[in-house]
Amino acid sequence: MEILTRDGGEDTPKVILDHNNGFFEISGRSLPEDSADFYGPILEWLDKYKDSPRPETEFNFKLEYFNTASSKLILDILSKLESIDGAKVVWYYHEDDEDMQEAGQEFADLVDVGFDFKTY
Amino acid sequence: MKYIYELHKTMVARNLILVYEGEFTQEITKSVLAMAERNMDAIGEDQSIKRKVFNVMVECLQNIVKHADEIEEIDLTDHNAAIFMIGKQEDKYVITSGNPITNNKVKMLQDKLAHINSLDKEGLKEYYKDVIRNNKGLSAKGGAGLGFIDMARKSGQKLQFDFEPINEDISFFSLKTVIRRVVTAD
Repeated sequence: MEILTRDGGEDTPKVILDHNNGFFEISGRSLPEDSADFYGPILEWLDKYKDSPRPETEFNFKLEYFNTASSKLILDILSKLESIDGAKVVWYYHEDDEDMQEAGQEFADLVDVGFDFKTY
Repeated sequence: MKYIYELHKTMVARNLILVYEGEFTQEITKSVLAMAERNMDAIGEDQSIKRKVFNVMVECLQNIVKHADEIEEIDLTDHNAAIFMIGKQEDKYVITSGNPITNNKVKMLQDKLAHINSLDKEGLKEYYKDVIRNNKGLSAKGGAGLGFIDMARKSGQKLQFDFEPINEDISFFSLKTVIRRVVTAD
């Protein structure tokens, strides 16, 4: 499968989805003007990945900030992960960022995917 | 030229550290955010407060950007301009915005904001989850219907709002969100 990458910007996160090396990460800031447009290719990539996933898929979210429109799309990504066997989420948050920790916990409550929480 | 001094005095009296009036776009949003961030960094603002202010600013600014074109469709005068301000006081940041909206939105906004203000911390959390779970996709404007709820959660205070009729089609919608600052014990 082709690697999907996006360089992080002022208002968009950095994205690496790499099937061969088993690395899946979204990091940085997410407040794009059109979040459906930004996250569309990521959701499509996951649809294809679902057909031949690795035995384990550790999906890292290392977000410093995301807006509410992005949160809806993050939930869409998590819903895709629900249907991938062996998928789990590693939710990173800055050690003094309670809001980001709580946001992760809320997502964990909304979907049927294992969550690990790590600070950075 | 006296208006310059008058405006300056108003800004000082209200502790306004940033005022932007005009058209709102994503590019303007990014610039306003960058200025506010630099301002907070310069005074060494607490990271958690800074994040909350940033958060509320984004939702506020993107709301204005998303709904500005509705006004343009019915009104080609300068009524589509909006205002955004940040005030900084000893114990709080005050984030305010004012933008024209179509009159058919007033009731819906009033009801939504009143409902949000009727909820406590736990109630807001449940409401947020309820909306994110049940709203199918984003609106045509790309909104998730979560902006005001998120602002109320980050603020921890009631949202203050007002609607001033402009003409038979539009009203001016003002919104004020307060973020408490950590007051040091000395």
